Amino acid sequence: MRISPPIRRCLAVAGAGALALGLAGCATSYAPILDPQGPVALGQRDIMFRAFGIMMIVVLPVFVLAAIFVWRYRASNAKARFEPEWESNGIDALTWIVPALIWATLAYHVWVYTHAFDPYKPLDPYVKPLEVQAVAQDWKWLFIYPEEGIASVNEIAFPAGRPVTFRITSDTVMNSFFIPALGSQIYAMAGMETRLNLLADRPGAFRGRNTQYSGDGFPDQHFAALSMTAEDFDAWVAKAKASGEGLDAAAYEALAKPSSKHPVTYYATVEPGLFGHIIARYDGAMAMTAMDHGGAAAE
Amino acid sequence: MSDAALPAGLEAEATAERIEDKAFGFWIYLMTDGVIFALLFATYVVMTVGTAGGPTGADLFNLTHTFGETMLLLVSSATFGMASVAAREGDRRAVLLWLVVTAALGVGFVIMEGLEFSGMIAQGAGPDRSGFLSAFFTLVGTHGAHVSVGILCILVMLAQIAARGLTPPVASRLFRLGLFWHFLDIVWIGIFSIVYLPGVL
Amino acid sequence: MFGRLTIEALPLYSAIAMGGALIVVFGTLAVMAAITWMRAWGYLWREWFTSVDHKRIGAMYVILALIMLVRGFIDAIMMRTQQAIAVNSDGYLPPDHFDQIFSSHGTIMIFFMAMPFLTGLINLVMPQQIGARDVAFPYINAMSLWLTASGAALVMVSLVIGKFSTAGWTAYPPYSGIDYSPYVGVDYWVWAVLLSGIGSTLSGINFLVTIIRKRAPGMKLMFMPLFTWTTLCTSVLMAFAFPAVTVVGVLLELDRVAGMHFFTSGDGGNMMNFANLLWIWGHPEVYILILPAFGIYSHTVSTFSGRKLFGYTSLVWATCAIAILSFTVWLHHFFTMGSSANVNSAFGIATMIIAVPTGVKVYDWLFTLYRGRIRFTVPMLYTIAFIVTFVIGGVTGVLLAFPPADYLMHNSTFLVAHFHNMLIPGALFGYFAGLNYWFPKMFGFRLDERWGKRSFWCWVVGFYLAFMPLYMLGFMGMPRRMEHYDVAAWQPYLVVAFLGAVLILVGLTFTIVQIVVSVRRRAELRDPTGDPWNGRTLEWATASPPAPYNFAVIPTVTGRDAFWTMKADGTAWRRPARYEDILIPRNSAFGPLIGAIAFVLGFAAVWHMWWLVALSAVLAAIVVIIRSSNDDTDRLLPAAEVERIETAWLAEVAAAPRPVDEPARGVPSAALPGAAT
Repeated sequence: MRISPPIRRCLAVAGAGALALGLAGCATSYAPILDPQGPVALGQRDIMFRAFGIMMIVVLPVFVLAAIFVWRYRASNAKARFEPEWESNGIDALTWIVPALIWATLAYHVWVYTHAFDPYKPLDPYVKPLEVQAVAQDWKWLFIYPEEGIASVNEIAFPAGRPVTFRITSDTVMNSFFIPALGSQIYAMAGMETRLNLLADRPGAFRGRNTQYSGDGFPDQHFAALSMTAEDFDAWVAKAKASGEGLDAAAYEALAKPSSKHPVTYYATVEPGLFGHIIARYDGAMAMTAMDHGGAAAE
Repeated sequence: MSDAALPAGLEAEATAERIEDKAFGFWIYLMTDGVIFALLFATYVVMTVGTAGGPTGADLFNLTHTFGETMLLLVSSATFGMASVAAREGDRRAVLLWLVVTAALGVGFVIMEGLEFSGMIAQGAGPDRSGFLSAFFTLVGTHGAHVSVGILCILVMLAQIAARGLTPPVASRLFRLGLFWHFLDIVWIGIFSIVYLPGVL
Repeated sequence: MFGRLTIEALPLYSAIAMGGALIVVFGTLAVMAAITWMRAWGYLWREWFTSVDHKRIGAMYVILALIMLVRGFIDAIMMRTQQAIAVNSDGYLPPDHFDQIFSSHGTIMIFFMAMPFLTGLINLVMPQQIGARDVAFPYINAMSLWLTASGAALVMVSLVIGKFSTAGWTAYPPYSGIDYSPYVGVDYWVWAVLLSGIGSTLSGINFLVTIIRKRAPGMKLMFMPLFTWTTLCTSVLMAFAFPAVTVVGVLLELDRVAGMHFFTSGDGGNMMNFANLLWIWGHPEVYILILPAFGIYSHTVSTFSGRKLFGYTSLVWATCAIAILSFTVWLHHFFTMGSSANVNSAFGIATMIIAVPTGVKVYDWLFTLYRGRIRFTVPMLYTIAFIVTFVIGGVTGVLLAFPPADYLMHNSTFLVAHFHNMLIPGALFGYFAGLNYWFPKMFGFRLDERWGKRSFWCWVVGFYLAFMPLYMLGFMGMPRRMEHYDVAAWQPYLVVAFLGAVLILVGLTFTIVQIVVSVRRRAELRDPTGDPWNGRTLEWATASPPAPYNFAVIPTVTGRDAFWTMKADGTAWRRPARYEDILIPRNSAFGPLIGAIAFVLGFAAVWHMWWLVALSAVLAAIVVIIRSSNDDTDRLLPAAEVERIETAWLAEVAAAPRPVDEPARGVPSAALPGAAT
């Protein structure tokens, strides 16, 4: 086919763009999903890669056959065979059997890995995880450490190598809690609690955020997720304790008002049971669990 | 273009085919309406726990009242059946009579439902009280709205039959309206057994 | 009197919003002035607006779709521009405006671009493919069109009066509830969706009855053309899935207006129920959009390969399987809502089953190319681009169906890239292929090939540039719907995506140029025979554009590719022994009247003018009662008139040269137009 000049120009621009993209990708790319920092994200990425590989069995032939057929059977090619009535029951059967086998393989993987990466499942039954309660607000995240008795806004810290169990709710519209480098996001919904178990292999500073659109302040609704050594974590807790501020009911009400780009804040004390109260304020009578995951009801 | 005189044979053939198309289409329409009710039922079942500390079905429902509504609707279905039989026999007066009875029973049903609703709202159990009551009012109210539309259609049918007699198109409309009316009966039986009975028991 | 409508509703808050409003207002005025200047109101009213002819209704649907495509695309390129520049800055759009734009983009593209496009093509083609004279219910057909148009008009009006929703096209509560979205935006969304949704449900019923009851004698189900099959499946989905969106819209509006608690936080509300109800409609909806496109590809690939479709039976069963399975997978839209591993994996596995029949289809189209003679017409180019690009979207779709992978990619631009990958090369390219393929059937002349090809290349390359970077951005952790961001590494990708959008803009412009050029060259591009591509199915047996009755004599069908058989047997374009009188439905103001009333009702409801809502509801009831009491709806086309029309057309067929794109060999000479008298 002859390509007309304006199209050629468009293609040239497009090619230059693609090239620029590739260079930029090499130079500055930071892709947390491709560079996981914990076992959950790693496993989820790998299952994605594996599924991708399995699918190539049926996908690559499409590209190859499409190229060959389109070239060979172009109308101007007088040498090609022309059999307008051609059919093949064998190929017809193969088009069902091969995808079906691949489906069966993938289905097996879905079942196994969905159970393996159930966000509610503790990562290590023999290690007591660090518990963090996460509350989505307009437009920030509040983290409560019930055992340490501290709280923080827009920053969490946890020791590397120790599982962290998140109990998540929302004090506003639906949010989704996600630290891409560590894997697994889950919705935060008012009056309900969802759970998530994560683990960071090494110390590092990651970014977490709400991924579910929630209004004007949504773009800035991110937080720092700091994985640190046990000593650094103790120091971080001590720093919060030294902040002098307390998170009681009145302080919470003030905090819960909509605000964007809320600075990182630490609270030395937290009113006991605050997390449960935040859930309960949406519903006295209706102990609702997120979908059918039993046992995660409001307290 | 003048079309005063359509050839009778062609016209009758077209009308006959159209009536069958419409009967089939109406069945499909009823199924889509059934989907609406099915989703409202599902929503109701999901929301029965959402009473938000407010009244439950046991506090609000009066089975005697509901039984009265049920009777009105069931009898109206029977009287519509009588109208259909009369239509088949070409007895125009009987059709009109049975349709009036059916409409009257329907109006009685709607009034009883209105009384039930206004009574609930008066005691602070309106649709804005809780998710459960929103679902209740919407499900039962949607059915009631269908019955009201059905009554309106009966009135239109009365006018058509009185003015034109039981011509094939008019008779076919009566047939489809009958389907609609019986369909509402079936939905009501669902409401009775999914909303009122478990609510009280 | 005016509810909550005040002067505040005018978009004085931002210059850009004001500009959009002015474009809508002056654009509308300009079109109306042009029509007045051409004194075309009477003609348009008599011949088009009040028409109940399925071909005209189809054409009006397609025109509506193209207008809304332009509007939806302007939204898209505004978003791409914003994201290309808004790194560590606010860009040029405030959040409130950006959020309206992504909400209206999705709503328009799904409800007012894709739906009218496919409904229009179905209207145009399906009755002819089954050898029928019209759809089963022509008046309901007109009503569906005008309800859809009234919904589209509501969305357009929201640009000028008030604001549109900021809750995204899915309007998840509690954000879309009255507490978080108190203004009119969500109400506009609900009423636009409700009106067009009712239209779509009725279209579904109409097409279903048409296909089941109106087929020509001899056309068994397994003789039906593939597009008719996919229409059948789409109609089933339209009829049975759209009630769910009606329910979800009504319940949301009851929450907002009547203070109910279906989806509120607290008071017994359950926002998760919204997600379930919405996607019980929403997942079948994506197959509603794509199945007709699959049907179109099946015809273009077979026609332009010059051979019969490979694996017809497999394609039929695959279509049915997809339609049924589409009702069983809705939960995959919210794997991250905390369902148990059992539930998530069950829905993940169910979702992946759909990949099997879809894979079958792709291979059947591929093997239709095999040992064919491929003509690279515009529809065929779209088909080839579709086959190759669509599998990429299929792969990413299966990845997202893996719950553990979805936990990573949900709500990210990867998801955005995936569904655009399905809906642009999957659905939209199919509609474009269909438009280029069937345009002569609509207006009697072909579309210009050169501009069509230019447009095609821009669309394809533009698509890759615009969406491949979004896949990568998903891996980089970029969520969808970001008004600004502070990760500099995202920007290069977003700039490339912007360039892609610019290229698509060029493509869209070329599409418009193509139509304008074709109109100007219409004499040259005229299709005198009604069969410009050497087609195989019955829609090519009629004139272009067809007479009001389509077929003077209803054909008798003996197998698949009925018209191909007729051409091979030499029975195509044959003059019958005698012509008969034909009844056709008379035009009616019913459709536009109902559409206008529905628009007023929706607008009044959005602004809480309850008296006007009541008034228009009563009016609508009166109009429907009057219309349904009318038993005298047909007009007669006498046999002599039919004979005159047919004789003129057959004379043209006899005189016609061979079709321009016809290869010189491989077709029995008896099958060529002009050789059949």
